[in-house]
Amino acid sequence: MAIIWLIMIAASLGLMIFTDPSSAVNAMVTGAHSAVELSLNLLALYAFWLGFFSLIERLGLSRGLERLLRPVITRLFPGSDEGTRKYIAMNMSANLLGLGNAATPMAIEAVKRMDKGDGKATTDMIMLTVISATSLQILPTTVIGMRATAGSVSPADFLFPSLVATVASTLIGIIGVKICSKTFDRPKTPKPAKSRKPRKLRRKSKESA
Amino acid sequence: MSAYIIPIIFLVVLLASFIKRKEPYGGFIDGAKQAVDLTINVFPYLLAIMVAVEAFRVSGASGHLANFVAPALEKVGLPKELAELLFLRPVSGAGSLAILDGIYKTYGADSYIGRCASVIYGSSETVFYIATIYFSQSRVRNLRYAIPVALVATYSGCIIGCALLRFF
Repeated sequence: MAIIWLIMIAASLGLMIFTDPSSAVNAMVTGAHSAVELSLNLLALYAFWLGFFSLIERLGLSRGLERLLRPVITRLFPGSDEGTRKYIAMNMSANLLGLGNAATPMAIEAVKRMDKGDGKATTDMIMLTVISATSLQILPTTVIGMRATAGSVSPADFLFPSLVATVASTLIGIIGVKICSKTFDRPKTPKPAKSRKPRKLRRKSKESA
Repeated sequence: MSAYIIPIIFLVVLLASFIKRKEPYGGFIDGAKQAVDLTINVFPYLLAIMVAVEAFRVSGASGHLANFVAPALEKVGLPKELAELLFLRPVSGAGSLAILDGIYKTYGADSYIGRCASVIYGSSETVFYIATIYFSQSRVRNLRYAIPVALVATYSGCIIGCALLRFF
């Protein structure tokens, strides 16, 4: 993320120095302004949803939801404990209902709980990110509304291909994480164990000899 | 459908909290309070990403990048006019919405390009924003393969969706 950010800003500034130096700072300040605007919007949405989620939590409904989704969640997130699964269950339910902004605070909490402090994302964290980032968009209301405004004859015409696309992206994402975790995570643990054992044996044999 | 579901869930939860004497009002306040800290913590990350996106868009860098990959897009069956939308969609919801609007105005919402754009926007999410915000309160700085996998999955979905569009 840090590198992508640096490349984006450096490339943009490098280009603007030659083409339009006067608008460079303006553009970045505009970005900052829209971040403030978005944060205020998010504050309202987070406050509303966290207020509502605290009622769900107090009722014990989140534990029920966790129990309901446990078969799916333990398969997708094998390393998760019950407390974390509760937040994952709420995140997934909110995403399925099309409430991305309500899902976010739950995911932040789940990632915080999964944090082991070594600065690296665990497979479970990556799985949660990928599932949310490719989440099922069952009814993209924004697009339907925009198509209607743009004078479309049938604004909902794209829904079936869009549904197939969103399901495919989620499946490919889940499979991708599983494949990556098998290829990238495995060699790190068994290899040093294998290479150390013979050395120890050799030393021992020398010592005994 | 979903227009009914959420208000009904809301009502049921409120009534159940009241009946079970869980103080719905106090509970709501307690939850809402957490949002202030959360938003403050998330804000600098949001600011950094949006400054970069705006610079990237205004400078024309995204347009140049779009022209650069346009030939590759044609090969997988995506119209080259949608390159900029494909770039900005994972980065910025508002920025790509502006581009989607531009596409509808230029090519028409019912053209193949317009419908393709609808599928791309309607089936995907702001991958970078999600990845940044989700990890903003943890000590994790190395996201490993999270973003590449999410992007490959998103774009594969777009290619499949746009291919299907030709039959509908």
